[in-house]
Amino acid sequence: MESFLFYIFGGIAVASALLVVTRRNAVGSAIFLILCFFCLGVLYLLLQAHFVAVIQVLVYAGAIMVLFLFVIMLLNLSQIEFGRIRNLALKVLGAALGVVLLINILGAINRPQLSEGVPLSEGFGGTAQVGMLLFSKYLIPFEVASVLLLAAIVGAIILARREF
Amino acid sequence: MRYFADWIIENLEFTRAIPSEYVYLIIMVVGGLLLLLFVVPMAGALTFVERRVAGKMQSRIGPNRVGPQGIFQFVADGVKLILKEDIIPTAADRRLFKLAPYIVFVGSFLTFAALPFSQKLIAADLNIGILYIFAVSSMVVVGIIMSGWASNNNLSLLGGMRSAAQIISYEVPQILSVLAVILLTGTLGMQGTIKAQGWAPQHWFLFHNPFAFIAFFVFFISAVAECNRIPFDIPEAESELVSGYNTEYSGFRFGLFFLAEFANVYVISAVAVTLFLGGWNTPFYLPTGIWGLLPSAVNLAGLITFLIKTFVLVFVCMWLRWTLPRLRVDQLMTVGWKYMVPIAFFNLVGTAVWMLVWGDKSIAALLGG
Amino acid sequence: MVSVEHYLILSGILFAIGVIGVLTRRNAIIVFMCIELMLNAVNLSFVAFARHFNDMSGHIFVFMIMTVAAAEAAVGLAIILAIFRNRETVDVDEINIMKW
Repeated sequence: MESFLFYIFGGIAVASALLVVTRRNAVGSAIFLILCFFCLGVLYLLLQAHFVAVIQVLVYAGAIMVLFLFVIMLLNLSQIEFGRIRNLALKVLGAALGVVLLINILGAINRPQLSEGVPLSEGFGGTAQVGMLLFSKYLIPFEVASVLLLAAIVGAIILARREF
Repeated sequence: MRYFADWIIENLEFTRAIPSEYVYLIIMVVGGLLLLLFVVPMAGALTFVERRVAGKMQSRIGPNRVGPQGIFQFVADGVKLILKEDIIPTAADRRLFKLAPYIVFVGSFLTFAALPFSQKLIAADLNIGILYIFAVSSMVVVGIIMSGWASNNNLSLLGGMRSAAQIISYEVPQILSVLAVILLTGTLGMQGTIKAQGWAPQHWFLFHNPFAFIAFFVFFISAVAECNRIPFDIPEAESELVSGYNTEYSGFRFGLFFLAEFANVYVISAVAVTLFLGGWNTPFYLPTGIWGLLPSAVNLAGLITFLIKTFVLVFVCMWLRWTLPRLRVDQLMTVGWKYMVPIAFFNLVGTAVWMLVWGDKSIAALLGG
Repeated sequence: MVSVEHYLILSGILFAIGVIGVLTRRNAIIVFMCIELMLNAVNLSFVAFARHFNDMSGHIFVFMIMTVAAAEAAVGLAIILAIFRNRETVDVDEINIMKW
């Protein structure tokens, strides 16, 4: 069952990621990216990461991608032509570099260095465990992240303001 | 659902031959279909009830032609919507236009999987139940934006953008007010939250402490705003936007938007009942076993209690809709960001202080000694 | 049970697709989306390793990456908006104010 779901949702994730890269229309790309994130959320569930899976859907599909869609519609980008094939050579080179990177990554994974998996402890991936870690071992990064978010809010408002 | 599946595997002979995983899968599919059979007629019936309630509130009659007192009006409406011609504007982005209503409906339908109906009747008692509900209902925004954009119509686009802005802003106070309850229970599961409350009103979280009392109102107001209902229906504002993001839709797809809207009203009411109003706890004590009361009878009593509480809140939604005028966009954002969010934060800190001083004792427990 | 290598391969494929998108697309918003895709690919490998080693720290890293991604999306899209207002384009080839 697990491998079945893994191949289904992994396949959809890869297909939609490819569509994100190849769609002309920015709105189409964004929709497929949402689908891809949704599939990743399901994969997180398969990996027993319940809290992360829900946060993935809530934050990525529900908030970040809505922000993207908002900006795309605000700029009405679909009307702007991007189709001209300029510097085709650069594009081919870029794609080739990406494939080389992929081969490198796969080669690195293939090297059998991974130790045996450790059996999961009770309550793995639950909200309680994440909370315990966040407020004990990772307290300072957590606080820094909140400051980062505040800075981002202020920065976004300053940048998006019409009059400078 | 898990409970039923385990019961079936244990008690029915013929399922032994099938691997238990497949039994679970089949049970899940059947459970989903049952939920769909509950949601669609319920949402349809709510449209009829809403029109009758509106009629009463405005001193008129409302639909009363189809069947006795017009109770089959929603069936007639449904048939009409399905048979109507399905129009897609030529300038629309056809694929997105077709897809959007399904995303909206699926987004609100998925939440039913984690909604409790009675002690045992719940599709999936997730340990992250309330988070799951917020996560899947945030998919609705994507569908609404898609429908607004794909219609290729200024009014639709405006409605979709307004709706998205509104839903995202009101999600903040909604989740913050729910956090107050989560602090009290220490669990995100829906059944766990209900079990932490008692049968009598003084044991409900609504009357647990002053902060929880305010949190309920913050939650309910922002939840109504998330459903895009009056007084927060600026995305649909008939007098200025025709009908907002669903202007261009007709027939079956329009029906899906409508179903999703009324399903959402049920969902917010059910979540409010679960978190604040004691859920399926029956208002009287039901002794199991002593008077031969079967567990299923207790379940039934819980189910009836839950549905009565929920539909009272649904009625409150309709009441609001037909009594209050619509807010302007700037007023909407003012209410959301300048009032709801600070109050919700204040509540959260207040609840934390309450728990620091008195632990999880409620007012009733403190007064009672 | 699907082994951790499967998840790593999937993560690598998604990451490479993201890189290809960044290298080949000229629309700044799509480039931005591809960066989000790369971040997500890395998240997947973090979660896979977290299960493999039974160590929840991976989940915390994912949490932090999501925070950074949210901040990045807000600021980045605001920058794109500001550039679009000034230059009427989001083509990364034509955004060359910083160039001599």
